[in-house]
Amino acid sequence: MSRPGSRERRLAWCLCAPAVIAMLVVTAYPVLYSLWLSLFRYDLRFPDERRFVGLENYLTVLSSPVWWQSFFNTMLVTVGSVAVELVLGLVLALVMHRALVARRLVRTALLVPYGIITVVAAMSWRFAFDPTTGFVDGLLGLEGAWLAQRWTAFIVIIMTEIWKTTPFMALLLLGGLSLIPEDLLRAARVDGANAAQRLFRVVLPLMRPVILVALLFRTLDAFRIFDTVFILTRGAQGTEPVSLVGYNTLITRLNLGLGSAVSVLIFLCVVAIAALYIRGFGMNLSDSEDTK
Amino acid sequence: MAINTLALQARLPAGAHSLNRARHGGLGGLLSPITVCVVASLLSACTRQVDQPTSLHWYVYAERSGAFEQAARRCSDAAQGRYTIEFVALPADASQQREQLVRRLAAGDPDIDIIGMDVIWTAEFAAAGWILPWEENLARQVRRDRLAGATESANYRERLWAIPFTTNTQLLWYRKDRVPTPPATWDEMISVAESLGDVGTIQVQGERYEGLTVFFVSLLASAGGSVLAPDGEGVSLEDEPTRRALSVMRRLANSPAADPALANAREDQARLAFESGRSSFMVNYTYVWPSARANSPEVAAHMAWARWPSVAKGRPGRVTVGGINLGIGAHSPHPEYAFEAAACIASQDNQRLAATLGGLPPTIEALYDEGEVRDIFPFADVLRETLREAVQRPQTPLYSDLSLAISHSLHPMRDIEPEADAGKLRESAARALRSEGLF
Repeated sequence: MSRPGSRERRLAWCLCAPAVIAMLVVTAYPVLYSLWLSLFRYDLRFPDERRFVGLENYLTVLSSPVWWQSFFNTMLVTVGSVAVELVLGLVLALVMHRALVARRLVRTALLVPYGIITVVAAMSWRFAFDPTTGFVDGLLGLEGAWLAQRWTAFIVIIMTEIWKTTPFMALLLLGGLSLIPEDLLRAARVDGANAAQRLFRVVLPLMRPVILVALLFRTLDAFRIFDTVFILTRGAQGTEPVSLVGYNTLITRLNLGLGSAVSVLIFLCVVAIAALYIRGFGMNLSDSEDTK
Repeated sequence: MAINTLALQARLPAGAHSLNRARHGGLGGLLSPITVCVVASLLSACTRQVDQPTSLHWYVYAERSGAFEQAARRCSDAAQGRYTIEFVALPADASQQREQLVRRLAAGDPDIDIIGMDVIWTAEFAAAGWILPWEENLARQVRRDRLAGATESANYRERLWAIPFTTNTQLLWYRKDRVPTPPATWDEMISVAESLGDVGTIQVQGERYEGLTVFFVSLLASAGGSVLAPDGEGVSLEDEPTRRALSVMRRLANSPAADPALANAREDQARLAFESGRSSFMVNYTYVWPSARANSPEVAAHMAWARWPSVAKGRPGRVTVGGINLGIGAHSPHPEYAFEAAACIASQDNQRLAATLGGLPPTIEALYDEGEVRDIFPFADVLRETLREAVQRPQTPLYSDLSLAISHSLHPMRDIEPEADAGKLRESAARALRSEGLF
């Protein structure tokens, strides 16, 4: 990237100022406000009993088995769904990229799940796996209640996530695929590289920045999972993610202090994930070319 | 939490026509004040502020038959231009209604005049100062002709905080073609169900949600225990009744008579499973009756009802009471009109309307003797008897916390260890009442 001149730089700032201001108002303010609230014992029902407690709420959360259990659950769903989505998304991206006939139809069809509202999708999965109203047990000749056991419930949750967001992954990866110059692939073919070699030695290394961006987006998204679990199990059977713990504390119990502490901790987890990708995997968000 | 949702699902075909009638019927009431205003303005004395009727907002779940809207229109008409009642629809799920309401109430929203309150919100809203108490002479009138359990649900610290409008409770529904006489106790029911084989399934609410709290509180009350100490502050959960209630839950969940999806079953899953014909028992609210008649007449033909089974022989089963009470928002600019309007909505005529059109059991006891109401509730006597002996869910401002603590401690029911879990439950409930820690 060339160094922009100072006038260009000023113009750039002016152009992004509205977005920055909007972000400060709708994101920075609530984040800082929750940070502030998390230092109080504060229940919406008893505003008079509000008092400063310092980091006590954080100690309560971090010493609670509920938090660590839900943290583990969230990580499990995140890793499980993002890993499968990456592989499936890449396959779908290749299909969309290489489709010779009915290219637009293929692309549209693959994107349908992403266009469905998560709650609606989760409900369809819930009904499908219900032993009374669902078809899955009949289809597989089974007689179990998937959502009533911990591990099978996790399988359904992760499958719902995968079904729902693989198209998003595929779409991002497709963008990366179309950036790879045909010449390179032709040159590789001339050098005698077979399809697998071309994929692993040429395509994937060139796509590394795109893959990292796609993984980052999806990981952040998956870590904040809420609606799928809310509909499928409501967090029962030991499938509760951290966001549901926050919801229970903040929205159901109206415990603003403790709930804000949970929210701030979720925020810190998300920051840590982003930092891991950017520092740990050497991802460069401001440059489209690989930094190595 | 459960009850409003249920009423919504009730299928009463007759309701559809009346809704349309009601929509048009209300116009006259709106027109007359306008006409008055137009005439008056010709005399140059009319300003909009003076003569336009005050508009009161009634926040309540979107009842499907239109009975609530019709009641609101009737009462607007009766106010003769002093006020009109506008219906503001809330979601069907009671926890979502509460989520929306509490944020507005805590922020002092003056738009909320009348609130259709689930019975479990009374203590919370009253303690937080979000609703206004009823004057003692009004309260006496309200208490006079209503079911004691219903008025008790609107009581907190010796004051009446809302006027009971509709009520609800669970009955035992069973298949009379398979079971000649209804079982008296849970143990008996489980044994009978097991002997019936595949079709013996018992439908109850076993998901981890407020309905599980309802199930536990009912079992506990049937065993002679209670969650809260008499002062309403501390935990009671007496040893013996708690263990008995937990033993019933454990035995049921591990019995072949339990539905495989028990850990995920709410009222509606139970209803659907019963309507499929492969179950012989169900504890559920009264909406299942019109629903079964509409969806599955062959099951309805064999459907019978009885009181909730008991836990201890000789002590009748007791169930929690549900329903809608009408509270007055503390920030309402027109509380005197709001009290009058709420009393009108919850009057005998409108309770009859809610019963016949919406299938919602009335809180005024005399209505259970009227033929029109008995046609809708052929089980009226069992229902009234159950309601007379109904039990309150813990009346504490921290009910939501307590319900989370109970439902999280007892789910899944199959893993309950009565001895160990009684202690854990007590510890968790005590923590909830101090509003401490996560659940």
